[in-house]
Amino acid sequence: MSKVIFSIRRFNPEKDSKPYYKDYEMNVPEGATVLDCLNLIKWTKDGTLTHRMSCRSAICGSCAVKVNGHPKLACKTQAAEEIINGRMKIEPLGNAKVLKDLVVDLEPFFSKFQKVKPWLVTEAAGSQQSAVNVKETRQSPEDFHRIDAASTCIMCASCVSDCNSWASNEKFFGPAVLAKAQRFVDDSRDKATLERVINLSEANGIWDCTHCGECVERCPAEVKPMDRIVSLRTTAIKMGIVNNNGARHVEGFVDSIRSSGRLNENIIPVKSMGIFNIPGLLSLIPVGIRMFLKGKNPPIIHKHIDEMDDVKRIFKRLKK
Amino acid sequence: MKYAFYTGCVAKGAGRELYSSSVAVAKRLGIELHELTNVSCCGAGVISEKDPLLSDTLNARTFAIAEELNLDIMNICGTCQGVMMKAQKSINGDVKRKGNINEILKDGGHQYKGKVKVKHLLHILIEDYGIDKLKRLVTRPLKGLKVAPFYGCYLLRPSAYSNFSSPDRTTALEDLIIALGGEPVQYDGRSKCCGFPIVMMNKESSLTMSGISLKEAKEKNADCLVTPCPLCHLNLDSYQPEIDKIVQTKLNLPILHLPQLVGIALGIDSKELGLNKHIVSTEKILSSFLKGL
Ligand code: SF4
Ligand code: SF4
Ligand code: FES
Repeated sequence: MSKVIFSIRRFNPEKDSKPYYKDYEMNVPEGATVLDCLNLIKWTKDGTLTHRMSCRSAICGSCAVKVNGHPKLACKTQAAEEIINGRMKIEPLGNAKVLKDLVVDLEPFFSKFQKVKPWLVTEAAGSQQSAVNVKETRQSPEDFHRIDAASTCIMCASCVSDCNSWASNEKFFGPAVLAKAQRFVDDSRDKATLERVINLSEANGIWDCTHCGECVERCPAEVKPMDRIVSLRTTAIKMGIVNNNGARHVEGFVDSIRSSGRLNENIIPVKSMGIFNIPGLLSLIPVGIRMFLKGKNPPIIHKHIDEMDDVKRIFKRLKK
Repeated sequence: MKYAFYTGCVAKGAGRELYSSSVAVAKRLGIELHELTNVSCCGAGVISEKDPLLSDTLNARTFAIAEELNLDIMNICGTCQGVMMKAQKSINGDVKRKGNINEILKDGGHQYKGKVKVKHLLHILIEDYGIDKLKRLVTRPLKGLKVAPFYGCYLLRPSAYSNFSSPDRTTALEDLIIALGGEPVQYDGRSKCCGFPIVMMNKESSLTMSGISLKEAKEKNADCLVTPCPLCHLNLDSYQPEIDKIVQTKLNLPILHLPQLVGIALGIDSKELGLNKHIVSTEKILSSFLKGL
């Protein structure tokens, strides 16, 4: 048993004007999880401490808190591994309103799932066929494999807690919702794929993810939300849903490498905005001028790499 | 010490001061560089959205060319580093994929064996060169300079593709700042995202991301910020006037590329380091260290 100081962020909106940290010194029993420690603190030291839990076996998703700055499932995390210089910091999840102490309001998180219709649509839109008498729809193991990862989500909101895009834009669908969307887009039994992909390609959807990797890092399950988002982008491009800056950026990028092996930074912003997007193009001017004046503008004559023929050959071979 | 030098696109385009400062620092430290001129863009995580196999094949070609030279790869861009690590893992972990890719590469005369190491300059300075050795070469310690470290996502996350053994807890940049005589600013922004990947899709959100961290660094009294990723640099520096408006603060925070900070401490000429190439002037804040050049 080792003595550890738990620094816990406390906040009771009925009494406190702002959050504060309270230290609890305690022996950590061998093999204890962070949740065991929180329970011990509550039961033996301070009954006013409020935290969530239910299953204690990493399947209900209710105990997620920040441990030393990043989200973890308290019931799945060995306390011994989180002690830094005799201390451990525990805080509520980020990107959410604190209701009390370690309990945050998950309503905005849950309600966003509605945006992506998290259920199977088995009839094409407009079909009159009733759901009764419909035969069981079976799925091959290969087809299931495509939705396997996203299906492991336990809705703990750890990914959202550290999501950089969510932090700067609360309207962003967020990693868990987009992973859930991939689970239905790639479901071989679903009949609403096109409608789903169009919806996901709108503002605040798949193209608003900044690729920061936090969700992959923090997810206690196997979801890897960022990878699911990348796969949705690939699907959107394949389906021809490309009338947006995100998809145009990808196409422009690929064009540039195909023709010169390198990124042409003079052309790519224009291609991403779309040549008919006048406000978008105008928004590029101030930063363009600024960079020009400092001699930061990319060379006007864009040189290709040596051995460009070989790179061209690879593109041809892969039919891109 | 010799590396196959992968410049990346930005260091040859909008961030040429990164190229010149990297070359100058390597020269001063006696690190030999063989610049790769026949390799393609790493794809920046964008090509793989069109076609993961295309992206992996282009990177495998780069790896093969470095292997032919018997050299490990040195990156100076955090994004190139992360993308290459991911490609390498995807290829090395899948014998069939590797076979397919080598089949495609064969006609160009290249074969990827799987042994090349991919390293970022930051990693090379700390692990290969050694922080003590670097310290001894400092001629102009950054005494009193408060430097905010900004890692950039790709160097750290996903940790499965990071060279740092514990990306959440690494202090590589902080250690480097201390070795150069400066003072690292402690702030949450150090490992956050700059937002650059979506600046063309949602500028407001993208620049808000930069703004959150820049403002925090400023509030913690940073004199400047240093980053090992030129894409972070683009957002943090080139767009700072727009970011000012979003956070309603005149930030005026100079943003340095990693080798520029090292170069200042090693006494390298500020022109060679391209310190005059930034949108946010580096002059005022760094003047005490640049005197006498
Ligand atoms: S990778 Fe995208 S979805 Fe995941 S945390 Fe970052 S911004 Fe959010
Ligand atoms: S994707 Fe992972 S981190 Fe996000 S809610 Fe689901 S299980 Fe939790
Ligand atoms: S208590 Fe259910 S996941 Fe931790």
